[in-house]
Amino acid sequence: MTAVEIEPGTLQKGAAIGQSVPRKEDKRLVQGQGVFVDDVKRHGMGYLHFVRSPYAHAKIGSVDVSAALELPGVYGTLTGDEVAILTDPFFQISSPPGAHVKDYALAVGKVRYLGEPVVAVVAETRELARDAAELVSVDYEPLEAVVDARTALAAEAPLLHEECGTNMSWEGVYEWGDLDAAFAEADHVVKIGELHFHRFNSTPLETDGALVEYNRGVGQWTIHTNNQFPGFAGIMMGPALRVGIDKLRFVTQDIGGGFGNKITTHPQLVAACLLARKLRRAIQWTEWRTDFHQSMSHGNERWFQDTEVAVKADGTLLGFRTKAIDDAGAYLRYEPLGGVIWAQVAAGLYKWRNIRLEFTQAMTNKAPVSPNRGYSRMQQLWFTERVIDIVAQELGFDPVEIRKRNYVQPEDMPYETPNGCVYDSGDYPRVLDLALELVGYGSIEERRREAAARGKLLGVGIGSTLDSGTNNFAQSRLINPELQFSGNNEVATVKLDLFGEVIVTLGTTPQGQGHETTAAQVVADIIGCSVDQVHVRAGHDTYWNSHAGFSGTYASQFAVTGLGAVKGASDMLAGQMKQLASMVLQCAPDDIELGEGFARIKGVPEAALPFMALGAIVNMNNAGFPEDPPTLNCRYVYRPPFELPDLERKFGNLTLTYATQIHACVVEIDRETGVTEIVDYAAVDDCGTRINPRIVEGQVMGATAHAIGAALWETFAYDDEGNLLTPNFYDYHVPHALDMPPLKTAAIESPSPFTPLGTKGMGEGGGGGIHCICAAIQDALRAAGGAIVSDSHNPYHRVWELLRDPEATRANVEVVSR
Amino acid sequence: MATTPATSRAISVEINGTTYEREVPASRLLVHFLRDDLDLTGTHVGCDTGSCGACTVLVNGQAVKSCTLLAVQADGAAVRTVEGLASEDGDLTALQQSFSDHHALQCGYCTPGMLMSATALLERNPQPSEDDVKIALQGNICRCTGYWNIIDAVVAAGKGGAA
Repeated sequence: MTAVEIEPGTLQKGAAIGQSVPRKEDKRLVQGQGVFVDDVKRHGMGYLHFVRSPYAHAKIGSVDVSAALELPGVYGTLTGDEVAILTDPFFQISSPPGAHVKDYALAVGKVRYLGEPVVAVVAETRELARDAAELVSVDYEPLEAVVDARTALAAEAPLLHEECGTNMSWEGVYEWGDLDAAFAEADHVVKIGELHFHRFNSTPLETDGALVEYNRGVGQWTIHTNNQFPGFAGIMMGPALRVGIDKLRFVTQDIGGGFGNKITTHPQLVAACLLARKLRRAIQWTEWRTDFHQSMSHGNERWFQDTEVAVKADGTLLGFRTKAIDDAGAYLRYEPLGGVIWAQVAAGLYKWRNIRLEFTQAMTNKAPVSPNRGYSRMQQLWFTERVIDIVAQELGFDPVEIRKRNYVQPEDMPYETPNGCVYDSGDYPRVLDLALELVGYGSIEERRREAAARGKLLGVGIGSTLDSGTNNFAQSRLINPELQFSGNNEVATVKLDLFGEVIVTLGTTPQGQGHETTAAQVVADIIGCSVDQVHVRAGHDTYWNSHAGFSGTYASQFAVTGLGAVKGASDMLAGQMKQLASMVLQCAPDDIELGEGFARIKGVPEAALPFMALGAIVNMNNAGFPEDPPTLNCRYVYRPPFELPDLERKFGNLTLTYATQIHACVVEIDRETGVTEIVDYAAVDDCGTRINPRIVEGQVMGATAHAIGAALWETFAYDDEGNLLTPNFYDYHVPHALDMPPLKTAAIESPSPFTPLGTKGMGEGGGGGIHCICAAIQDALRAAGGAIVSDSHNPYHRVWELLRDPEATRANVEVVSR
Repeated sequence: MATTPATSRAISVEINGTTYEREVPASRLLVHFLRDDLDLTGTHVGCDTGSCGACTVLVNGQAVKSCTLLAVQADGAAVRTVEGLASEDGDLTALQQSFSDHHALQCGYCTPGMLMSATALLERNPQPSEDDVKIALQGNICRCTGYWNIIDAVVAAGKGGAA
């Protein structure tokens, strides 16, 4: 029962664009011929293994590596003391107090989370490096750990970073509209004591890694890696290593999933760079799964406290105020950017105009958080959807009707939110209707009765979500006005080579999104050839000079920035090909058309030059060319149109596009055990023009699976001493084939008016799944005491608690009516 | 007096039809023997607990997680890896083609393991049902696709590749 329904594309865009052409990447990948980072080898390379902290919080005493060094086959070590001499602390994004955090490639003086790298050991084989790491002796003086962000903010809490004087890294108050007026106008105020969004991440199947070489003569490192945002890694690593950005060459090819989790590997990459230089050999580092779980890129855990929602008698939502407490973990590797990224979707899909959110971020003795699919927006959207369903339940509104009443409507588009973001296009009511139809919403009451007869509680839930894409990096100035980042960019080159080959390079670092395919589709339509004729180089290489500061694959932007660059470069090339053909064929450039691999005079099919002739003329037969000849080698930098935000009001457009995903599901809960089964599921997507609908649908499906896993099974749970309880795939249960419910998908297309191809970034809308599962569970429990779902993670034992003591959860909610 | 234990051993393994004779350390896992010693890097590592199945190969026709076997335990065995599926000139098997046709892969990291588990299934059950496929792939984790397209691809391959 995995039937998938796809609505046919509503637009016919071109011979290639809009078609689900097969992926160019597949042939190598199904034969095991991809090149992932651990596949890269060099003669004499050494394997790096990190000695990691067994404590969540401790002072480091003496470190003794002598026994390890004596082991035959051990090439060398690196300690925190060396790192503190050889490097500067990583640049901090935050304004004070977070700005004072001192973060290095290895722990210096103190460890602040379990699994933190303390010493690096390099040896001839993987096994030997691991064995040698066991021989490293580190004296620790354990300190009290703090693992709950709420208690970390208390004055008496143990301090992680003494330099900061507090565990609070960053705080800011966001307020738009007129809250006093909204609450004065409200007929009902719904108060929600506390909501909690849990800690998990996307656990890409390939862990982090690198093969680092140092060229002593030119002082340059070549870093073969699966880092998904080399632009950011370079900004972090260059100053730390005290070198210019040109000394860091990043190379990627196939990356085994990323989902944001592979952005902040700069500490480990710096350690590998130092060792490549110190030991005069290539360094191979591949993280073990347990290392990844313990130390890398957990998603932001967040509490929402003292929420109040202003509602009119007819169900119109006027606004809300809340206090968000965000848990950054032990270091600020990409944080506190999460403290502003959420504001891209501050209002969710709704028209409320009065919003106040006090954001406070705490540092705790847990793994550092970093972007995770849906980064920081998923938490906010979950919050808004929870609010809608709690308000609906408490005030007796229909969850569908209250959404439709308050959704931003298609005729409102483009819609400026209370904080100056612009929703570019979309039709939320239609997307919702499609989702409801696919889960059989019309017959839900009948099914509820039928399930009840079997002893099951049936519930239906909706998760509306926005996938905001193409960041305006100026939003970082809301965190720290001193930062000099703004806008965004991406680069592509397209050239016609000697024998007529069409060669494309990208600045991006795809991890399964099929960039080689979709880029080829765009190029093919613009220069008039087949997708097969277009060769897109796999991965990223700084030496290609097809990158800019924000290059990478993250934050739902390739279809806008990456393909915007591809389109720009292709348009340039097409113009040059016409210019060249017109010179040869003695006509005006406008008389030339490109198609089927030829440049020809319109209406004169015999006057045609094959691409090969054009390539050969430019490259090898160019005597007598004019002063400004075509090069047929075109580089284009796409730059989205952004302005600087108003920092005082925290107002401005933070992101260029807003894809919509609305999920709906039907669950059945076993009254005795709390076991929740998803019996129907639908995900409906609107990401504007789809270049390759099948690839889009694949992203929708994958994001849905992440959401189902997070909602029911996946959690990075810690005990009070800071021990991670789910450090591997035994304890951290990700969905398997048997776990998956039947899925139906559909799509509509509301092209973005702001992007070169009408596309929107997508792939991160899966949060809708967490929202709708929470909603469905709460709906099912209405018949069993009406518990309120206040956590994003609802494994069967939590659902069982909701069944057992619904009143305890209902105390979390209060309604004050006029 | 304790005797000094052997820390390595000579083994002979037939892999994709070629016999390899190597001296291997006792602690070397089969997956690292394949990847590091023989450069057969199509077989991947995704966990260190035998949970994810990215390293699945066929050992004497059985789907086995090659991270749960020491290389010395494969002495004398016939091993088939993802590199042994397509023909020398690159003709894909019906299953490999079906994976591409059904968009059953995104990043491609789990794909070799999925293909080997599914190959073993199709060899013992040429026309598996959806449930058969789910059970056969229960030991293989994919983080990109959500499995739906993978299941469709395997079922279709069992029907001769028809969609």
